[in-house]
Amino acid sequence: MSEKHVIPVGTYVGIFTALIALTGLTVWVAFHDFGSMNTVIAVGIACIKALLVALFFMHLKYSARILWLYAGTAIAFFILLITITLSDYRSREWFPTPKAWSQPTATAPGASH
Amino acid sequence: MSSASQANEHVAHHFESAEQQRQSAQLGMWAFLVTEVMFFSGLFAAYIIYRSLYPEAWTVGSHMLSIGLGGFNTIILLCSSLTMALAVHAAQTDKRGASARWIILTIVLGLAFLGVKMVEYSAKIEHHLVPGAHFHLDPAQELANLQAAGVQVGDHLRHAMETVNTAHVQLFFSLYFAITGLHALHMIIGIGVMIWLLKTTIEGRYSSAYINPVEVSGLYWHFVDIVWIFLFPLLYLVGRH
Repeated sequence: MSEKHVIPVGTYVGIFTALIALTGLTVWVAFHDFGSMNTVIAVGIACIKALLVALFFMHLKYSARILWLYAGTAIAFFILLITITLSDYRSREWFPTPKAWSQPTATAPGASH
Repeated sequence: MSSASQANEHVAHHFESAEQQRQSAQLGMWAFLVTEVMFFSGLFAAYIIYRSLYPEAWTVGSHMLSIGLGGFNTIILLCSSLTMALAVHAAQTDKRGASARWIILTIVLGLAFLGVKMVEYSAKIEHHLVPGAHFHLDPAQELANLQAAGVQVGDHLRHAMETVNTAHVQLFFSLYFAITGLHALHMIIGIGVMIWLLKTTIEGRYSSAYINPVEVSGLYWHFVDIVWIFLFPLLYLVGRH
């Protein structure tokens, strides 16, 4: 399945050209107002570029499937980190803060323990 | 595929075949790259949280960076990824001289990237944009400068410039220096690896039967390129419209 696969030079040059074109596209998009979609488009283009680099320059397309699992693990842990951290930060205003938490005290927090 | 007997001299005793050894090398490098993704993830998480809390500071901070230099560096890195891929290709097809030349070009492009980065850093230092006691930013003055330079200032940017808290812009620049600094460190290490790769390539250690070090060094180099692919839009292109 994964014996050495020599990718033709033409493919590399094609991928490189696509990467340069996508860089131009991401700059073009940044100067046009798509509202809140600007960031989504920017990250989307970056993901496509990263995928092209991984699949062809890093030969992932022709590699053993366990390497796909490894690459997927990296993405999964990134999503896990962001989701859990953001769900904390973004939900903080959802509930009222108990008054005692926000009142300044004479002693430093934790000093009484 | 090369038969085991052909590649025998390169196969360590604990591997069954050259192919198994090659896959193990790749797996090892990918495992390392997964930890690298997690390493950078912490900084990206900080970026996402603070950007979601202080979007106007990100718009203002991003406008203090040069798209020209950042874009130029993006193209340099993409070129270096191509030359690295071609170095691996040349090694796969037994073209040692070509492989060495592509590696040299990769090193030159890597150094060019760091050179541009140095120009950018020194400009930020000169303009007092390094977080800390000497940080100084006058958004009203910057807005006037942009208008004087004939830049079409949209409502989005004007609003950000008028309402921004410069302490939050310091946060943007803290993350800018931390992330690009860590990335630059990876580039420096990558160039070190490339110099070693060049030396061993010239010594004739690799042939189509054995190119594992060339391949895994390439994986690392491309990974560093991927990090920059995300950094360019996330740092230089925020709120430009």
